[in-house]
Amino acid sequence: MASTYTLIASNVLSSTAATVTFSSIPSTYTDLVLRYSARDNSASNQNNIGFTFNNNTGSTTYSYNYLLGTSTTTNVARSPAGGDTRMLGAFYDGNNATANTFGSGEIYIPNYTGTTKKPVSVFGVSENNTTTNFSAVIGIVAELADITSAVSSIELFPNNTASFVSGSSFYLYGISKS
Amino acid sequence: MASTYEPIATTTLGSAASSITFSSISSAYTDLRIVLTAAGSASEQVYIQFNGDTGTNYSQTYLQGNGGTAESLRQTSVAYIFAGYMADSAYGSSMRGLTTINIFSYAGSTNKTTLSEGNNDTNGQGLVSRHVGLWRNTSAITSVKLYPSTGNFTTGTTATLYGILKA
Repeated sequence: MASTYTLIASNVLSSTAATVTFSSIPSTYTDLVLRYSARDNSASNQNNIGFTFNNNTGSTTYSYNYLLGTSTTTNVARSPAGGDTRMLGAFYDGNNATANTFGSGEIYIPNYTGTTKKPVSVFGVSENNTTTNFSAVIGIVAELADITSAVSSIELFPNNTASFVSGSSFYLYGISKS
Repeated sequence: MASTYEPIATTTLGSAASSITFSSISSAYTDLRIVLTAAGSASEQVYIQFNGDTGTNYSQTYLQGNGGTAESLRQTSVAYIFAGYMADSAYGSSMRGLTTINIFSYAGSTNKTTLSEGNNDTNGQGLVSRHVGLWRNTSAITSVKLYPSTGNFTTGTTATLYGILKA
């Protein structure tokens, strides 16, 4: 039987990178799963990944609502009115986090070749043995990409001017329903 | 090598329907997983029942956020597991929400636990949630019914059932 859960591509960084891109994604799968382990060089304990599809950075293309646990509080919010230029919410560790610590998470994209708008699920965490509120985060996010064509590329970048550091890893899998 | 993650069945609705049911589920796997992309004609909540059991043998605890408020809620002795959220078609025919449902040791002889997530964003509305559910029944699960709390699933709603093997 053909494999249901197939590694399409991977990128393990050997140097800093401002953007990680998976391009020329084949249309032969049903869903996509992107898993990451990441850290960046921002002056913070945690950060979150921004990501887009098909290099589409239109100002109203994406929307999201998220629920965070931030050590001592919960935090909820929604994308700006009308939408945003990217999806957010996949948390990981920044440069001020405990050394040698990477946050991790998963981005699930169902029916990525379909002709309807794309719902996306994100679960991301940063944990670095801190008691400071909002220095470690567990986040769940519901996203929507107002894109009715197939997803053929995914662009990931830190949600500020930082870069992912060496050792950050990103794996893209395809899931087949038959 | 035997496949670890196998698609068992998939349904895509060609017209609106009040439910989607996977039946005659083989006991050969360890866990089950359902991926549902859906819109509802009158609601955003996705419910599930097992083996045709409509009794008050289910319960759940869940955490959700709607962009303004975070809540943790619980329901006991109800007739369904509240598995997650989908899009309400009132916000557009092209909208879909994503619900994923994990059913652990579904063929075992203990009560059945589910872990599910709801993801619904319609650009200004919607919820994100995580749910743990319990079906108080020690029988193997042979069928799963998915349905909206009210109304129908709309045309284009797709549900896929996967089996996961531990060896």
